[in-house]
Amino acid sequence: MAGAGGGVVTVYGNGALAETTTKKSTFSVKVGLAQMLRGGVIMDVVNAEQARVAEEAGACAVMALERVPADIRAQGGVARMSDPQLIKEIKNAVTIPVMAKARIGHFVEAQILEAIGIDYVDESEVLTLADEDNHINKHNFRIPFVCGCRNLGEALRRIREGAAMIRTKGEAGTGNIIEAVRHVRSVMGDIRVLMNMDDDEVFSFAKKIAAPYDLVMQTKQLGRLPVVHFAAGGVATPADAALMMQLGCDGVFVGSGVFKSGDPAKRAKAIVQAVTHYSDPELLAEVSCGLGEAMVGINLNDDKVERFANRSE
Amino acid sequence: MVVGVLALQGSFNEHIAALRRLGVKGVEVRKPEQLQYVSSLIIPGGESTTMAKLAEFHNLFPALRDFVKMRKPVWGTCAGLIFLADKVVGQKSGGQELIGGLDCTVHRNFFGSQLQSFEADLPVPNLASKEGGPETCRGVFIRAPAVLEAGPDVEVLAVYPVPPDNHLLQL
Repeated sequence: MAGAGGGVVTVYGNGALAETTTKKSTFSVKVGLAQMLRGGVIMDVVNAEQARVAEEAGACAVMALERVPADIRAQGGVARMSDPQLIKEIKNAVTIPVMAKARIGHFVEAQILEAIGIDYVDESEVLTLADEDNHINKHNFRIPFVCGCRNLGEALRRIREGAAMIRTKGEAGTGNIIEAVRHVRSVMGDIRVLMNMDDDEVFSFAKKIAAPYDLVMQTKQLGRLPVVHFAAGGVATPADAALMMQLGCDGVFVGSGVFKSGDPAKRAKAIVQAVTHYSDPELLAEVSCGLGEAMVGINLNDDKVERFANRSE
Repeated sequence: MVVGVLALQGSFNEHIAALRRLGVKGVEVRKPEQLQYVSSLIIPGGESTTMAKLAEFHNLFPALRDFVKMRKPVWGTCAGLIFLADKVVGQKSGGQELIGGLDCTVHRNFFGSQLQSFEADLPVPNLASKEGGPETCRGVFIRAPAVLEAGPDVEVLAVYPVPPDNHLLQL
């Protein structure tokens, strides 16, 4: 993981170079907060009251937004960064870190979020794309970013752009864990292949997954992604959360899963417990009892369901 | 010698990895019964409110307080420091449970949110003279707490200078 002193990633060109090789390197500070979030649950909240419920349940951070992904899906239209006033209200309601979403490629939304002083920006495919071809150059910011991925190549491309934390894309707002599982298995599977590969073959592998060679080698040496890797997109139950932890994720984002359920406070608490005790089936059984209704969710066999995860690469 | 690392949330893996590099066995501790098998304990960095909630659910606080009272060595990093302090200011509304044992006053998130996080080289003359090693230690302050004041029996190993007009010092 990110070592003390010298940066994790060596980068080239404009702001990217200065950031990680000078003594005042900020990349390890960006990555440092993600390390503190490991083993925790980050919950989507749409107002100050929900934020307090999340904090009381043991969330390690909150994601402030106007509409949870399930509602964005149901209502359609263009989904943009939330009103900064709302985000400020949520920030003032809790003592835990606050994150907020910006549209992919929309660096001004990110500048605004940095200006209001939140802790992390999620460059999210759940919002409508602002740039079909380019993500934000995250090295230009002091605020750290978390980005989604479906596979190892995508994860490393985001990291090279400056992402300090990675999450699976899953399929947000569906309450269906299938896509998050597909994405984490893809990343872990590629890492397993990479670790057994002859060093001389890594050049070709890097080309194949369209990822920067140096990050691919770093991943091979570490045996894991160079940054913290959370699960996201479709977690609705404690069992879902524990599944993602057992598959190798460092923590879990829960969006619509908590506040769209019958008893949000109870479910939130149960999911927090599940992420800490993910290998303890008896405890998982105990916390899964009597949680009330889970969010209904969407079956992905229906062609009419829009795949947020495929919007960007 | 087995060192326990409280593994409720946060950077417990990093601490276990550090122990491994020193050739020491580290074990994850999540339940009170596990404390009897370790001779010392590390409470890692992370979100202190999250760790407090999880510790409450499993009735860990009485066992942790006993562990400290038995004078077994306990190390607190960041959130761990908050737990070990006798007094904490800047808590969430309603407060959070503490273990106590270190005679000091700690301010949670003293420096602010993530954008105020930073790294600094801290001179550690006491450590360097007693144990050798470099004269400075690289401190990474992520939404870090600060010890505002420490009791007479507390040995201060390093200080980070804060401008005297810092508003939080007026508390």
